[in-house]
Amino acid sequence: MAVGLDLSRAEAEDFLYDEADLLDGWDLEAWLALCTDDVVYEVPATGLPDGSPATSLFLIHDDRFMLESRIKRLLSRNAHAENPRSRTRRLITNVRVGPAGDGDGAADEAAVRASFHVIRFRDDAMHHYVGRYSYRLRSVDGQLRIAHRRAALDADSLRHSGGKVSILL
Amino acid sequence: MEQPFIVDDPSTDTFRINRRAMVDPEVLAAERANIFDRTWLYLGHESEVAQPGDYVSRTVGGRALVLCRDHDGTVRVWLNTCTHRGATVCRETKGHGRFLTCFYHAWSFDLAGNLTTLPDAEAYGPGFDKAALALKAPPRVDTYRGFVFVSYNPAVIPLVDHLAGARDYLDLVCEQSDTTMAILPGTQEYSIEANWKLLVENSIDGYHAMSTHATYMDYLITAMRKAAEALGEKLAPPSLDGHAHDLGNGHAVIEYTAPWARPTARWAGPLDPALREPLAARRAELAERYGEERARRICETSRNLFIFPNLIVNDIMAVTVRAFEPVTPGLMHVRAWELAPVGEPAALHEVRLDNFLTFLGPGGLATPDDVEALECCQRGFTSWRELPWSDISRGMAQERPGITDELQMRVFWRRWNQMIGGDPAAAGGGEGETPVRLHAVGGGR
Repeated sequence: MAVGLDLSRAEAEDFLYDEADLLDGWDLEAWLALCTDDVVYEVPATGLPDGSPATSLFLIHDDRFMLESRIKRLLSRNAHAENPRSRTRRLITNVRVGPAGDGDGAADEAAVRASFHVIRFRDDAMHHYVGRYSYRLRSVDGQLRIAHRRAALDADSLRHSGGKVSILL
Repeated sequence: MEQPFIVDDPSTDTFRINRRAMVDPEVLAAERANIFDRTWLYLGHESEVAQPGDYVSRTVGGRALVLCRDHDGTVRVWLNTCTHRGATVCRETKGHGRFLTCFYHAWSFDLAGNLTTLPDAEAYGPGFDKAALALKAPPRVDTYRGFVFVSYNPAVIPLVDHLAGARDYLDLVCEQSDTTMAILPGTQEYSIEANWKLLVENSIDGYHAMSTHATYMDYLITAMRKAAEALGEKLAPPSLDGHAHDLGNGHAVIEYTAPWARPTARWAGPLDPALREPLAARRAELAERYGEERARRICETSRNLFIFPNLIVNDIMAVTVRAFEPVTPGLMHVRAWELAPVGEPAALHEVRLDNFLTFLGPGGLATPDDVEALECCQRGFTSWRELPWSDISRGMAQERPGITDELQMRVFWRRWNQMIGGDPAAAGGGEGETPVRLHAVGGGR
């Protein structure tokens, strides 16, 4: 079933690049404002990029409350893994708009896929997160909002990623 | 003048660890020879190979292994190496099939280990003994309640004796299910740039909960307050309360009450209030089956269980099984899985999965800070020559040490010290082998 919202690739790219800028700039509250109230943000376990969070172990499966808690934590001084904060740079490419897999999105949603390479610098180390984003973007009062966001990693493990996902991917 | 690795003096309530144990490649070599090559090591869980033909491969104690279920349904463990010229016969981390085939010369083995086919077999002549070229198993393989262990020491004591007092705590974890517990799909596969023994300490350390995990506690209290307000109830002040226990053979546990929800079976925020009733009903069923006191422990108490030397089973807001493998003195590989009752109702099962992720794993609100803490310790150990001692004496003067004391770590370290010294009796035998002798650190180095 095709999804309903008419979104050009350029519009999708603009949205993803603005979003990446907010995340790289640690403007996490502004980023959170891009999410719907029923947002889902998820990172499957490495080795199981197509898993379901209802039946398999993930790394992250946040609803709005959990995501708010994650951001509150990251902005506090007590997120020790990110204090001092890491610096990141997100390279986002291969953006495609359209039905993704069995996408069953609503009339006001568009499915967007993209490739990412997030590089994290801290303690003079460089950590890599490489994978694929799958989004459902929804039009809310004429504004694009994130209803569902999955960051699926390509690596076999987090051994090249500093052993953790302490940032928003 | 030589210094020991451990100072253990009850007369002054002193317990100190020499930090050389965390940084010296010689110590790691001795650990491999005297601990990892001599005692039981956790490999995996039978449920990971639930169907005949299932296999997984992983490295344990430095050896590449295959865990599989053969076509008769028997769980088997093989050294992942072709008996011909040595290549691994399994190159996937997980799979399903009838044969393990070495691609190098196409020798093919069934999952029961038999060498079934090889190209041009007739060239080997009449003395060729195919049966002798079957896949080889580690010297000892045994299971307890689905947990599969291996030992590279043929003379190791029986697994059931090795587990000692830890058996009862594994039983408590497994009694959450009326049938059996299973590892769910998905592995949290990560690494920590720190000595493996730091993860042993950290995984059973109640003292760090409030400081290291302040942001998790903040999340938890916020969630509980929201739930209490929605129900028009007053939030009970959250606390962690319980005791540490020595389970023998280096195993230890902390068992305690905690504010968080437990899918079997303790309701608390952020769980949906609609789940209160089903969780109470589940607890009543367990009380019927095991009696009130046992049901209280199964449902109400959390436990962080360490099984010497490489297994953690933390039955807290969900159950994680965590195994680790030293790579260098300053690097370990970690694998974590989720263990859950088979056949749990879907609504409860989903809650279990989400509750796990609030705290546990490298994307949770807590584990990344543990990784950071351990890596900070390892960095601090660079000055081990100038500041050689870490203190693990907390609670030594207590009659019944609590969970914020350090008895459980002393239990580990005493066993470590006994085995690292090359005491053959410590692994339960192994006659005829010469243990590696490790010289204690010279003073003033």
